[in-house]
Amino acid sequence: MKRTFLGEFEEVVLLVVAACTEDAYGVIIWEQLQEQTGRSITISAVHATLYRLEEKGYLSSQMGGATAERGGRRKRFFTVTALGSRALLEIQEMRQRLWQAIPQGKLQLIGQ
Amino acid sequence: MNPNQPPPPPNWPDRLLNWLVAPHLREEVLGDIHERYALRVQRLGERKARRTYWREVLAYVRPRFIKRKPQAYPNPLITDMLRNYIKTAWRHLAKNKGYSFINISGLAVGMAVAISIGLWVWDELSFDRYHENYDRIVQVAQHGTVNGETWTGSSLPYPLGTELKTKYPNDFKRVLKAWRIQDHILAVGDNKLSITGEFIESEAPDMLTLDMLKGTRAGLQELNSILLSASAAKALFGDADPMGKVVKINNAMDAKVTGVYQDLPHNTEFHQVKFFAPWNLYVSANTWIKEQSWFNNFIQTYAELQPNVDVDKLSAKIKDIKHKNLGDNKEQLAFNFQIFLHPMSKWHLYSDFDKQGNNNGGFIQYVWLFSIIGAFVLLLACINFMNLSTARSDKRAKEVGIRKAVGSVRRQLIGQFFSESFLVVILAFGVAIGLVALTINWFNQLADKQMTILWENPYFWLFSLCFILITGLLAGSYPALYLSGFQPIKVLKGTFRVGRLAAIPRKVLVVVQFAVSVTLIIGTIIVYRQIQYAKNRPVGYNREGLLQVRMAADDFYTKFDVLRQELKNTGVVFETAQSASRATELWSNNGGFEWTGKDPSLQADFGTLTVSPEYGKTVGWQFVAGRDFSRDFASDSAGFVVNEAAVKFMGLQKPVGEIIRRDGQPFRIVGVIKDMVMTSPFEPVHPTIFFLRGPLNWINIKIKPNVAASDALPKIESVFKKVIPSVPFDYDFVDQEYAEKFEAEERIGTLAGIFAALAIFISCLGLFGLASFVAEQRTKEIGVRKVLGASVFNLWRLLSKDFVLLVIVAFVIATPIAWYFLNNWLQKYTYRTDISWWIFAVAGGGALLITLLTVSYQAIKAALVNPVKSLRSE
Repeated sequence: MKRTFLGEFEEVVLLVVAACTEDAYGVIIWEQLQEQTGRSITISAVHATLYRLEEKGYLSSQMGGATAERGGRRKRFFTVTALGSRALLEIQEMRQRLWQAIPQGKLQLIGQ
Repeated sequence: MNPNQPPPPPNWPDRLLNWLVAPHLREEVLGDIHERYALRVQRLGERKARRTYWREVLAYVRPRFIKRKPQAYPNPLITDMLRNYIKTAWRHLAKNKGYSFINISGLAVGMAVAISIGLWVWDELSFDRYHENYDRIVQVAQHGTVNGETWTGSSLPYPLGTELKTKYPNDFKRVLKAWRIQDHILAVGDNKLSITGEFIESEAPDMLTLDMLKGTRAGLQELNSILLSASAAKALFGDADPMGKVVKINNAMDAKVTGVYQDLPHNTEFHQVKFFAPWNLYVSANTWIKEQSWFNNFIQTYAELQPNVDVDKLSAKIKDIKHKNLGDNKEQLAFNFQIFLHPMSKWHLYSDFDKQGNNNGGFIQYVWLFSIIGAFVLLLACINFMNLSTARSDKRAKEVGIRKAVGSVRRQLIGQFFSESFLVVILAFGVAIGLVALTINWFNQLADKQMTILWENPYFWLFSLCFILITGLLAGSYPALYLSGFQPIKVLKGTFRVGRLAAIPRKVLVVVQFAVSVTLIIGTIIVYRQIQYAKNRPVGYNREGLLQVRMAADDFYTKFDVLRQELKNTGVVFETAQSASRATELWSNNGGFEWTGKDPSLQADFGTLTVSPEYGKTVGWQFVAGRDFSRDFASDSAGFVVNEAAVKFMGLQKPVGEIIRRDGQPFRIVGVIKDMVMTSPFEPVHPTIFFLRGPLNWINIKIKPNVAASDALPKIESVFKKVIPSVPFDYDFVDQEYAEKFEAEERIGTLAGIFAALAIFISCLGLFGLASFVAEQRTKEIGVRKVLGASVFNLWRLLSKDFVLLVIVAFVIATPIAWYFLNNWLQKYTYRTDISWWIFAVAGGGALLITLLTVSYQAIKAALVNPVKSLRSE
């Protein structure tokens, strides 16, 4: 299968889902994102990205049980698929390669 | 309530989300957003959270959330489904033949009415559009003011046309003087015919864009020429070529045929004109015309404007052109004449002017009226369809349940019911077109039109298509939306009951139907009453056996005495007399009268009629005072006979013997007659003066009262043939001419009557269907009641009561509406009938009676059924 590109925000969302210790659903993912990136994000952006990732096959989801809070509405829990984790790993690998290719001392120079 | 429970988020954004977000995402999205809201309330407080909530919600307005999930199951091909719908619809129609008949025939009649009225409206609106210069042709006309009231007329002075042309060459492309359209005698050898035509200046064929079959539009430029319409050419020359042949007009003018044009269509103002001849030819035969000054109003003036000239602006520019040319003639100046241009687009539909000289409509009111009636009749038919469909919903409910249970979605059911209604509408349209094709000749006669179904007009089909679409949607919408909403579980379990409320829209619709019908009945009665009222008005003379013949050639003037004697000798003629105009018209108005005690500011404007001394005897004047003219008194040539209106106008106590000066000359009143209705029978009689001096144009012949007209006519004709062989004997009966004054009103009355009858018919069809349905539904109830001892009368009353109540409500609604509109209509007439209460009573009673007849059939049928039969089934 031809590899699909991951956008920056998509990548972060995917990572957050992967890093979640409890069951990941909309509000939790959004909270984590806010915390990790420090950006102000609307929840609709999170939802849109989650659905897009699911369409691309990086995430899978199922509905949870009825809840006491939020008017009894069910939550949709997201988990990273095999395809998703491979994509994450590939990205990390590529980054690693690039990091290692940077000549020593250059980054500090640029950083100056 | 849980104290930890956060306050609920605002309601409105939630509704928006519910509606916006695709169903498969709704739950989680709403859940998440609520949870988040709760978090925010904890962290930021409720106020801030609410404020940001809207922003959050609006961020969901993007295609990803709005787009619905594609259907999980493939759609069957649309045509397959459609075929199935139509097959089911067809089976339903075939199964319930009675309902189908009521539905289709009711709709077809309604549509036929709407199509007929549509054609009629089209014909009215396209009046005169045959002429290519439609937008630029105008008739010059004038307003004049007499004693504070403005009148409007198209008779104009002779010099006006030339003045307009020379003063405003940049505004007028051409200005054409014309004699009024009237009958003339055209003779080719021995073939003499009375043909309607117009003498008009030579550019008329160009202005009117005549379609020349032979010759050219320049044909009127020679002095002695004539253009014939195809029909006139055929009548005069048969199949021979008319070009270059000579036609003798009124035995006085010779004209060579220089062209033949296609007859103007019936819906043009000039359609009666069967020939055009040059104005100069008429002037050469009537040289007195040239001597007329600005004071005499007697000719017609038409004009074509230059392109891009605004009619209203030009009207304002030329309005004083006559006034300025009146010199210091005080009496004429007092009329304050205002010249204006009446554009061709308004000739037919906007021809009325009120007493202030404002153009206040005209026939357009009837165009509106009938459009509204047409729409209502169609609406009635649609209501039938809706009522019958919803009434039968009990029966269809099971079908809907089963269809839903086997997997139909609501959209498919809506589709099914719409295809059913469209099938009915298309069938009805076919029948309606057939009906229109059958009745169009009759309708043409009734409406005085020459309409055809516009088979080749794309607009007609476009309209028809819209028509089918609108009717189909209108008629089908209620059942489609209502029936498809049933819940299968309730329907199939049998717990489904159509609630009491379900019948309410049906009742409202029945009330609407009957309100319209009753209004139309009341309207018809009042229109007829008004006509009858005016017809019964005393006319002041005797129309029986009174003939009039126009003195269309010089021979009439030289040989009148011979003619009169010869007519007397036949033994069938009571008396013969001459007059300036017909007894049913008043052609001339004059001022310049003075009498003792006259208010100097009063404008003395009288209708005037020159007569011969025997006129009074011939038409049967009824004298109030004094005596008739007589040949025995030579002084009568300086005598007046006046009508009662004139006496009242002048304010004379003892009119007989009074001296009245006309332009200085003294005249003595010899007699006063009862008002003679010469102009509109709906208007007050004009003060009129009759005298013996002046031109005479008509011969009036009174047949002896004991002689039948059919016996007298051949004898009279033979006298005319003998004495004046050069002119064909052409006559009118005064009573027929008089009856024509009611034509417009009678036409309206007849049409209103027919539409009222059709509206009632359609409403009753619907009621009949509804009644049969109700009776059927209550079969068991009726059976039980019968067993318990109810009589047929009881049951009849039970079943009829509801409908009677509805009709009474309809009547209560219709009465004020009808009163309002008809009272307005009657205000138009000065001489009018009153709207009395019994008209409403008759209309209401009639509607009630018809309702009872319709409903009773079903009610009695149901009440007579043996209860054993009705209770045994099931």
